[in-house]
Amino acid sequence: MQQQVANVATAETAVAKMTLEEEAKRKKRLWALGLLGFFAIVSVGTFAYNEYYIYLSVYLWFGMIYGMCLQYGRFCFSSAFRDLFAIKVPRMLVGIVIATLLFGAVSAPITAIGLSTFHAAPVSSHAIIAGVFFGIGMVIAGGCASSSLYKTGEGNMNALIVILSLSLTQALFADVGGWANNFVPEAWTQSAAARGLPASINVTDGWVDQYLAGYVWNQPAVTYAEVLGMSNASVSGAFVGNLLVGIVVPASLLLAVVYVLYWRKGYRRKQQKAGKDVSGFTGELAGYWSMIIANKRTAIAGLILGIACALHMLVIQGLRVKFGFKNAGVLLERIGWDFGLSVQGTVFDPGYWYVTTQEAQWVGWTLQKMGVENLDNIYFGFVNGIPNPAINPADWMSFALIGGAAIIALYHNEFKFKKPTWETAMWSVIGGAFMGIGARLGLGCNVGAFFVRVANGDCSGWLFGLGMAGGAYMGVKFFNWWTERKLAKEAEACGL
Amino acid sequence: MGMTFEKKEEGRYVLNVNGYVCPHPQIYTKKALEKLGSGDFLELIFDNPSSGESIEAMIENDGNELVEKKTESGQFEWLIQKA
Repeated sequence: MQQQVANVATAETAVAKMTLEEEAKRKKRLWALGLLGFFAIVSVGTFAYNEYYIYLSVYLWFGMIYGMCLQYGRFCFSSAFRDLFAIKVPRMLVGIVIATLLFGAVSAPITAIGLSTFHAAPVSSHAIIAGVFFGIGMVIAGGCASSSLYKTGEGNMNALIVILSLSLTQALFADVGGWANNFVPEAWTQSAAARGLPASINVTDGWVDQYLAGYVWNQPAVTYAEVLGMSNASVSGAFVGNLLVGIVVPASLLLAVVYVLYWRKGYRRKQQKAGKDVSGFTGELAGYWSMIIANKRTAIAGLILGIACALHMLVIQGLRVKFGFKNAGVLLERIGWDFGLSVQGTVFDPGYWYVTTQEAQWVGWTLQKMGVENLDNIYFGFVNGIPNPAINPADWMSFALIGGAAIIALYHNEFKFKKPTWETAMWSVIGGAFMGIGARLGLGCNVGAFFVRVANGDCSGWLFGLGMAGGAYMGVKFFNWWTERKLAKEAEACGL
Repeated sequence: MGMTFEKKEEGRYVLNVNGYVCPHPQIYTKKALEKLGSGDFLELIFDNPSSGESIEAMIENDGNELVEKKTESGQFEWLIQKA
């Protein structure tokens, strides 16, 4: 009898627990719907107020798609390199290479008809050095610039600290002068001074200013099509130069190397255990294909991400033509927001997916409001401006990216508010700072300096990626030492 | 709370990396598995969803077995047997 009562009580507790969990799931889904509704109201409301806001809403909705894809596919550039070196898992690297290929394939026709918003970046060894800084930072921080945004949407406060550190470091690094001028080569100073930039920029005061105007801008900014003597806005240039030579060939080679070094052995062992034949070229091809489709979730996210990235460029360019401007600075002036424009009247308006500059801008804007004069540097004062984050187009994209990730995480019951510990917060701050410096040296992050550039045939993209891989390797080496040290003590207590 | 690695009983160990984000859970799991003998079990407790994807792939690649997966309120409890 007592046993029966106990069984009934246990069953009732289990049912109550299930009911509570179902209720929690239902509430999270309601929150997801609420968030979606909020962004829809922002879009419709601002458009009703002034039609120019549709330009910002385009950034917003593409940002939301990026956030949803990143969260759904757990898309993380840091994980791509780190997991390869740390635990020999190539899953994410393969997913990212596929997404880059798809982005490139959808971008090519847009480039061929001259509607791409993409501009190549200067190419030199600085891209590798910047990538090394960024790669070290993303491993230490536990996520790259874009994954820190989507993880913030999952409720991960460590990721929020990474964003804050990355944003602050960029804003400070872009403006540092005084003592830092002592570390500027004389040739950079002379070259920067000879550019005839506006006096308000005071180009000979500021390390990054002289690095940009005295060195980086002197480097060639070319695509693979241009290197081969073709025009980007041509079928041969876009498809043969940029897509085939710049993406398909190097990406296929990279995947082949990853297959041989990290996938083949495990695949063959599993197949042989199951009694399947893996001999010959057909066996190798089957193994290669199994690596490509190993993670459907990442592959699906990569497919949508690649297509969305290219469509984003097309839609933005279409709106620029419709409204008759080349930069959103004009649009902001027309709707009455003229604070924080650069000396050229421009603001940061990449026309495609980008992460880090808008993060630096909102800190730059905050610092300016606190009395810091930071419009006297190239980054803010001459190129990107520091508009109010509430009407900064790229900030709309980042806010919506976090929102999109939150919507998917809430819908799948994966949202969890995660408080940082002192240790994880420390790694977030240090890693974010490294990434901030790397992003400013490389004129972009894992998205702007690698993903977008590689997919558009920019010669500097793979160089930044090479640096990122090197930096990630160093970061993994460091963490291997750190974790081994800590685990060894615990293992010793277990008698291992 | 920091990482803990304890012996639960003979041939069965518990690694708790709750609160840690990438790459800590996957690196600790790899190192803990390296220390175990063939046939030993590792109970892994973590709460970072993206680490789970990498750990699962690592277990499969290394030929170990993921015996059991439990998820409750954002916390994952996995039982792994070393090959």
